[in-house]
Amino acid sequence: MSSLARVPSRIPSRIPSRFPSRARLVALGRAELTLLVRNRTALFGALLVPLLVVEAVRSSLRSTDLGKAGTSVAEVAVTGAMGMALLIGVYSNLVAAFVARRETLVLKRLRTGEPTDPEILTGIALPAATLALLQCAVLAIGGIAVLDLPAPARPELLLAGAVLGTVLLTTLAAATSAVTRTPESAQLTALPLVLVSSIGSGLFVPLSVLPERLASVCELLPLTGVMTLVRSGWTGGAEAGDLLGAAATAVAWIALSVFAVQRWFRWDPRR
Amino acid sequence: MTNAIEAEGLRRSYSGDFEAVRGISFTVPRGEIFALLGTNGAGKTSTVELLEGLAAPSAGTARVLGHDPYRERAAVRPRIGVMLQEGGFPSDLTVAETVRMWAGCTTHARPTAEALDATGLAGREQVRVKQLSGGERRRLDLALALLGRPEVLFLDEPTTGLDAEGRRDTWDLVRALRDGGTTVLLTTHYLEEAETLADRLAIMHRGQIVLSGTPAEVTAARPARIRFTLPEGVPAARLPLHLRAAEDDGRVEIRTGSLQDDLAVLLRWAGENDIRLDALDARSASLEEAFLDIAAGRAGEPRPLAPDSSHAPTGPDSAAAPTASPAATASDTSLASEAVR
Repeated sequence: MSSLARVPSRIPSRIPSRFPSRARLVALGRAELTLLVRNRTALFGALLVPLLVVEAVRSSLRSTDLGKAGTSVAEVAVTGAMGMALLIGVYSNLVAAFVARRETLVLKRLRTGEPTDPEILTGIALPAATLALLQCAVLAIGGIAVLDLPAPARPELLLAGAVLGTVLLTTLAAATSAVTRTPESAQLTALPLVLVSSIGSGLFVPLSVLPERLASVCELLPLTGVMTLVRSGWTGGAEAGDLLGAAATAVAWIALSVFAVQRWFRWDPRR
Repeated sequence: MTNAIEAEGLRRSYSGDFEAVRGISFTVPRGEIFALLGTNGAGKTSTVELLEGLAAPSAGTARVLGHDPYRERAAVRPRIGVMLQEGGFPSDLTVAETVRMWAGCTTHARPTAEALDATGLAGREQVRVKQLSGGERRRLDLALALLGRPEVLFLDEPTTGLDAEGRRDTWDLVRALRDGGTTVLLTTHYLEEAETLADRLAIMHRGQIVLSGTPAEVTAARPARIRFTLPEGVPAARLPLHLRAAEDDGRVEIRTGSLQDDLAVLLRWAGENDIRLDALDARSASLEEAFLDIAAGRAGEPRPLAPDSSHAPTGPDSAAAPTASPAATASDTSLASEAVR
């Protein structure tokens, strides 16, 4: 062992800031990215599922006439794949990641240091969220280049939908981790939202083809607003009121899950 | 402000009515090493977590460097270093990656090499955390705790799982840090560690501090001990009468407040009677005595040795140890040893 520098007899400018520190987010995100790359199962699941979705939708809907719903097979395939990229890549992966970090005491350890609670959660979510957004971009470009989709009518809505969806599913993942005991059981606790969303949030079946009463219930599901924004981004032609409603639904769910996280998130394994 | 750490009437309850910390008060002046000593489950970790700001006390106040460590986390964190009882590192990161992550989260971090060198981990940078030995993981934890050049260092069982050499290295490092001005609060169940390292210590039992002071103060009130085996056919009853002896299966133990005098009496008696004392062992009072008594539920000193042990319980059996009848003393001691293991 060698000698250590003495404790400086100073208190240099250490002004606690309310804003997230970029250095800390980068440090946490970088470590988490390394872990994600080393966790082959999660990585391939997140990368492959959306591509499989595109292919599955295309082959199963090839003979269906979607013209009435104002959409096309390629459009459904690409928006559905974006939804799945968010659900699997962000939501499922992060439920497991939050639980794994909690059960191995990593969260507790991080809390002994300088990062704030939101920084810790954001840092852990950063790689998966970035990856999912990149995937959405690749899907959009691929849809245009390979599946002959027209360019998005309103790209800013597409972007808003993807970003809101990422934030929403990250906070929902943190909330879901509170009722998840082990990383393995995350596959189970994440399932309800994944199933309900893929059926009821317009990932593959446009809500406009559902019975009216069912459709109006489905409008309120967590991911419906996000998917409405994404779809409108492709097709354009949505009314401002609908778009506002969709954005409000997404924001309301974000607020609700932030509240749930503040209230119930666990930083310690239950002993 | 001269106190780095102040605890006043700290209590901590867990759900299910279990109270792990039951009214603890002590202070640690700047630049001192303070040890919390106790058996497993005595409440050491629960107490330290309150001071680290990981949990809010259910009653009482904690101050670290003049701040509430829980409510004023952002003000306290950059100035303290924490070593938890268990790691909490992602097992798939390498040592270097782990330190780099922590350094990125730390204001004015030391260079990685300096921290790893100080904890004897130089050369292990590329090893994954899951491939480290238990002792190496403790050193990594210590390296991270040192990274921010902390003014106050919390070490929860820093040498558990270390071999003798690693333990000694860690002690040297902790002393060097103290000499450099760092205040250290450590928990341990190694008596030797508390005795050699701590400037002051407190012994915890069932959520309370039952004894505190400098190691010398804590041991001063304890009896010394002489042990030996008598040859076949020589009953302990033949020993000089005034020696308080207890015999257990041929092994005799004498507890005494004046070791030199009583040892002289014993040796003169043995010499005059031509009796050989096998495995003769005489030792002055040690922390072990105090600790064993407390672990066995016989809170040693009813009277506080230092102002901060005012919460010591004064049960009916508080002062039992030094005056116990010979037979009881012997059997209780063996019980106590069980409790420590």
